[in-house]
Amino acid sequence: METAAGGGCGSGPPLLLSEGEQQCYSELFARCAGAAGGGPGLGPPEAARAAPGAATAAAGPVADLFRASQLPAETLHQITELCGAKRVGYFGPTQFYVALKLIAAAQSGLPVRIESIKCELPLPRFVMSKTDAEIRFGNPPELHGTKVQIPYLITEKNTFKRMDDEDKQQETQSPTMSPLASPPSSPPHYQRVPLSHGYSKLRSSAEQMHPAPYEARQPLVQPEGPSSGGPGAKPPRHQASLIRSFSVERELQDNSSNYPDEPWRITEEQREYYVNQFRSLQPDPSSFISGSVAKNFFTKSKLSIPELSYIWELSDADCDGALTLPEFCAAFHLIVARKNGYPLPEGLPPTLQPEYLQAAFPKPKWECALFDSYSESMPANQQPRDLNRMEKLSIKDMADFPVPTQDVTCDDKQALKSAPDEALPKDVSEDSATPKDSNSLKARPRSRSYSSTSIEEAMKRGEDPPTPPPRPQKTHSRASSLDLNKVFQPSVPASKSGLLPPPPALPPRPCPAQAEPASEADLHPQLSRAPSQAAESSPTKKDIPYSQPPSKPIRRKFRPENQAPENQEPSTTVGGPASVVSVKPHPTVQKQSSKQKKAIQTAIRKNKEANAVLARLNSELQQQLKEVHQERIALENQLEQLRPVTVL
Amino acid sequence: MAVCVAVIAKENYPLYIRSVPTESELQFHYMVHTSLDVVDEKVSAMGKALVDQRELYLGLLYPTEDYKVYGYVTNSKVKFVMVVDSSNAALRDNEIRSMFRKLHNSYTDVMCNPFYTPGDRIQSRCACACRGGPAGRGSCSESK
Repeated sequence: METAAGGGCGSGPPLLLSEGEQQCYSELFARCAGAAGGGPGLGPPEAARAAPGAATAAAGPVADLFRASQLPAETLHQITELCGAKRVGYFGPTQFYVALKLIAAAQSGLPVRIESIKCELPLPRFVMSKTDAEIRFGNPPELHGTKVQIPYLITEKNTFKRMDDEDKQQETQSPTMSPLASPPSSPPHYQRVPLSHGYSKLRSSAEQMHPAPYEARQPLVQPEGPSSGGPGAKPPRHQASLIRSFSVERELQDNSSNYPDEPWRITEEQREYYVNQFRSLQPDPSSFISGSVAKNFFTKSKLSIPELSYIWELSDADCDGALTLPEFCAAFHLIVARKNGYPLPEGLPPTLQPEYLQAAFPKPKWECALFDSYSESMPANQQPRDLNRMEKLSIKDMADFPVPTQDVTCDDKQALKSAPDEALPKDVSEDSATPKDSNSLKARPRSRSYSSTSIEEAMKRGEDPPTPPPRPQKTHSRASSLDLNKVFQPSVPASKSGLLPPPPALPPRPCPAQAEPASEADLHPQLSRAPSQAAESSPTKKDIPYSQPPSKPIRRKFRPENQAPENQEPSTTVGGPASVVSVKPHPTVQKQSSKQKKAIQTAIRKNKEANAVLARLNSELQQQLKEVHQERIALENQLEQLRPVTVL
Repeated sequence: MAVCVAVIAKENYPLYIRSVPTESELQFHYMVHTSLDVVDEKVSAMGKALVDQRELYLGLLYPTEDYKVYGYVTNSKVKFVMVVDSSNAALRDNEIRSMFRKLHNSYTDVMCNPFYTPGDRIQSRCACACRGGPAGRGSCSESK
């Protein structure tokens, strides 16, 4: 229909369109021209100026269409210039078709030149937002079965994500043609259109960015793909260059329509992660982190100091030099976003305001099993499918944090991350058994490196050095005369265990014998570190909280001969006779339970002793503090007196 | 309307200096620089009085034909200097004080940022915004 000769405006080179292209372009043109009435006022004046009989497309719809092509703004400008619309001042058919062809060229990665349109090109792809789709395309049923459907109705995120790759790779049209066989019915179409809605908004705002891929989130996308019907047969190409919040946000689109700033919304898993980090810095979630502590922590993220400074300014709402939990979450989220390439906002987004964060996310309950909080908060908004997915990932999340304290070796941890499905049942069984270990999150290594750009990798890195030195080495420098170091060291594990709730009456495991070798293997090296620096008598029992509660008393044995390669624990004492027992393949259950009781009682005794020691220390230090206060007052008085009195 | 605002460190180098964009911005910089002498003079004029008794607001440092220069010193010897257009006659002393107070507050906020080391140039955007606030608002209230 449209040949070079038909291009009455002399737009230059002959434009050869294939049949599909002709049909597609004419449809598009009709749409845009048809929407001229509703478009912004540029349409009618141009139409009046145009040659009679040649419809023109209104600038408004055309601009929207071009934007929906997901190309950067400069490219679109170039295209507009090249196609001649700027020259003639309106989008006639020729200009429009040339522009579409150029868009297709640009989307295929070719330079925007007139020569590019001479070759065979795929159809340009547009991601239409819902409103556009409604305005332009009326009722979708009429488009069924036409090729025009392809560019527009492919609003699956798969296509969207493929568009990410457009600039990087050249893709043929064939994958997008496949849905022709199974045209999506209108309800799924509209159901999925909102998916792209958020995306197109997002992309248009972040189109210059190339966020780092989030490989860990890819498993997220995969279950989504097949569920979306026919087009989902395409391999989900997700570069998933959006952080996980988006995939969750898609499901929550209806609920979260209040705030359009999706990248600044904190999801549940992110929130949990941030809270975990907060707790690693400051055990009390209602207190705050001081500036220097936060500075050291955020500096590990390897962002530049000015950026970190700006992030701090944004997040420290009350400008007190300290971060409360919501402020910390906001700061962390901004850092994560920045590392993923998002520009920092001018002001704190509403979803990151402390009030919003505090209202939206109640403080996690650490005493009860973390799974409870997960299962409560999650299903409220999400599909069951997502629930599984999130549980899986949240379990991974969970498993990552108490990992240092669970019976998961480094190998298991790696396996955990690489194969969440396989590890899932194992994790569930282990995690459910160690809710109390959540308190030992304190022992998480703070020296985590942030050099990766994904939370998942960061978490992974965090676990790679799984053996942090026991942290609270709060030796009082001034009171060194008390030789607290000596007093503290043997009781550090004791104090730590005193802080952590020791599992009192543990039901004996059914087969401790069989579980022993396994649990022995599971003992992570952190335990070996803790006892290594302490006297041998106390730490044995104190390691109980670290590892799997049951069968620990049995395990606390001195068995260098057996398990030396796995864990060098200089355990002793009660473990001695029990060790012999454990060496046997199947010790009797009664002996073990009595040994357990004895061990527990010993542990209790030791804890009490440690408590007494600490209480004494405390009182001594208080006394010292009072004395120092008095000294200070005396000195201040002296200073006042000595200050020269001016003679005026 | 404050045409120039400057924050000078203890060692008399500028931490932050912003002026209304004109051709003769350098003139404002020069005025601020010369005002430092006056500041030192006023501070030492207090003699050996206790530091606490010294007021932070120094008042008018010196007037020129077109401009007036006001000064303010903090307890850590960080100086704020403000150059105001003389034609804005109705600008009262209280307003200048309040402007300096706001400036001091935003300076404190910058200080609270752990990523800011005292002695660095102040590059925070919030500080710029805050500067716009006191310098602009304080005088707009008096605009006719």
